[in-house]
Amino acid sequence: MRVNSRSQLKKLQALMASTLFRPLTARDRMQPRWIDGRSMRAVAAQFIRPNDRLSSFERLEIYNRVYWFRVLDCLYDDYPGLRAVLGERKFMKLITGYLAKYPSASFTLRNLGSRLEKFIREEPKWARPHERVALDMIRFEWAQVVAFDDPAKPSITPDDILDARPEKLRLRLQPYLSLLQLNYAVDEFLIAVRKSESDVLRSEASNIVEAMPKASRRSKKKVRSPKHQRVHLAVHRFDNMLYYKRLEPEAFAILIALRDGDTVANACAIGLAASRRRRFNWSSQIKNWFNDWSSLGWFCQPDSNPKES
Amino acid sequence: MPANPYNGFTDYGIGLGLRVPHYRHILAKKPVVDWFEIISENFMVDGGRPLEVLDSILEQYRVVQHGVAMYFGSADRLNREHLRKLKRLVKRTKTPWLSDHLCWGSVDGRYTHDLLPMPYTFASARVTAQNIRGARDFLEVPICVENVSSYAEFHGSEMTEWEFLSEVVELADCGILLDVNNIYVSSKNHNFDPYEYLNNVPHDRVGQIHIAGHSKFEKYILDTHDHPVLDPVWKMYAHAVKLVGRTATLLEWDDRIPTFDEVHNEALKANQFVEKQFQKAVA
Repeated sequence: MRVNSRSQLKKLQALMASTLFRPLTARDRMQPRWIDGRSMRAVAAQFIRPNDRLSSFERLEIYNRVYWFRVLDCLYDDYPGLRAVLGERKFMKLITGYLAKYPSASFTLRNLGSRLEKFIREEPKWARPHERVALDMIRFEWAQVVAFDDPAKPSITPDDILDARPEKLRLRLQPYLSLLQLNYAVDEFLIAVRKSESDVLRSEASNIVEAMPKASRRSKKKVRSPKHQRVHLAVHRFDNMLYYKRLEPEAFAILIALRDGDTVANACAIGLAASRRRRFNWSSQIKNWFNDWSSLGWFCQPDSNPKES
Repeated sequence: MPANPYNGFTDYGIGLGLRVPHYRHILAKKPVVDWFEIISENFMVDGGRPLEVLDSILEQYRVVQHGVAMYFGSADRLNREHLRKLKRLVKRTKTPWLSDHLCWGSVDGRYTHDLLPMPYTFASARVTAQNIRGARDFLEVPICVENVSSYAEFHGSEMTEWEFLSEVVELADCGILLDVNNIYVSSKNHNFDPYEYLNNVPHDRVGQIHIAGHSKFEKYILDTHDHPVLDPVWKMYAHAVKLVGRTATLLEWDDRIPTFDEVHNEALKANQFVEKQFQKAVA
C-alpha cells in the first residue's frame, strides 16, 4: 500500500486499526479470516513487511494481542464487582463483545467503560440470567469513576444560604455526586468482593503470578450474590477519598428533586409525599439531612452538571 | 548542549516518571529528585485525587509533561478538546517543554491506546509535522517527539526510521526525545544498527533522553518498562551522551514497579556515563 498523501495514510491507518479492533480467537491469537472471508495472512501481507523471523501476520498479531490485553486488563481492573457477579468467563466474553461493538472513543482509558450500561441495555444476552444485577453493578462502578475525578464546584456553606427562603432557594449538586436507585445491594457485595480479592492478593507470591495474565492471577473465591433489595445510594468523594452512602428513600427523593432544579421547599414536599412514615418529626430529620449533605460538600454554586440517577 | 530551544533552555538532570505506587513515599519523604515526568493524560481530569497529588508535587519539584495520546502521526486532525485539556495542564505545571510520540493511535475518533508505527514516507512526515506545528502553536510550549519501539514495518516505507524522524523534526522545527531503549528494541526487531540510528539523527535537536528496560522473547523484543536498563542500552546511552552532550534524562519504569529507592538508584546510574563522558571531554 502506497502512502503518498494524507488520504492514503488515513486508508492505511483505518485498515490497521480495524484489524486491531477485531477480537482474538479463544486461544488469544489473531483471527485467521478477515471480515470478507479472505485469509488474514493475505490481508496482513498487503501492508506489513515480514522479516527473517516473523511473517506479516505474526507482526500484525503482536499489535492485535497487545491492544486486546490492554483494554481487557483495564476493564478487568475497573469492574471487579461486575466480574464477581458474572464470573470470570462470562465477564471476559461480555467485555470482549462490548469493546468489539464500542471501541474506545476517548483518549483516556478512564472512559473505557462509559458505554457499558448502554451496551447491556441493548444486548442483555451477555449478562443473562444476571442482567438486572449486572446493570446495577455497572451503574455503581461507573459512579465510582465519576466520583474519583469529575470536577468539584465551590461548595455552598450554611452561611451562604442563611437568609434564603426555602420556597425560592435552589441548590445544585456536585458534578462528582451520583444518586443511584438500585434493586440489589451491590454496595455490600462489592465490599465483600474487595475483601476477598485483597485476601487472595496478600497470599500471592509476587513474581510468578505477575507474569501471568490478570484473568488467571486470582483464585475464584466465591462471594454470596447481592441481595435483592431496594437501595438508594449516593456515590461521592470527601477529601478526595471515594465513599458511598446509603440514603433513606425520602432523602433520596429530595436530592433527586434538588438535582432536577426544584426549590428546597418543593424538593422537601416531593420527598415526603412518597413517604409511608407517619407521625414522624420530619422537621428535625430534614434539618439533619441538610446539615449532613452540606458538611459533605454536596451543595455547590449553580452551573454544575450532576450525574444521572 | 544541555539547554536548547527544544527543552525551553533548561538544564535538567536525571528525572523519574511519577507513578502511583510511589506517591505516598514521595509526598511523605520528599526525596531529592532533579525532576519528575508525568503522563499528561493521567492528569487531564477535572478534579479529585490526581490533581491534588499533582499540586503537592508541583510545590516541591520540577515537572515535565509527557503525553501518550496526542498521536501526531494520525491522518486525522488533532483533537481540539484534547488540546484544550492539555493546555490547561500546561498552565498548571508550567512544563518547560512537553513530549509525545512519533506515532499514530486513533482513527475517526476510535482509540487503540497504543503507540503504532508510522509508514516512513515523505507524505506521512508532512502530515506529522503539520500536526506537531499545530499543537505547538496552540499549546505555546516547545515540543519534543519521541521515537517509539515497533514490531512491524510497512511495505510503503521509503526511508529508514532515523531518516523519517529527522525529516519530521526538520519540517516541524521541533525537538527530539531520544528514547535509547526504543532504538535498541526496534533495531533488534528490524535488523538495523542502532549506532547508525544514533549517529544520524540531528543531535542539536535532542531535548531529552529516555532510558528503560525491555523483555526478550524468542523472535522479538517487547518494550515492557518492567526491568532495570540492560547493558547494551547503557552503552548506547553513553554513546548518545557523547553525541548530544549532557541532556535531561529520564528512566521509565511502568510495570512491576519496585520501591522508589530502587527506581531512583537505577536512574542515577546514568550519571556515571554522563560524568565519564564529561571527564573525557575535559581531558
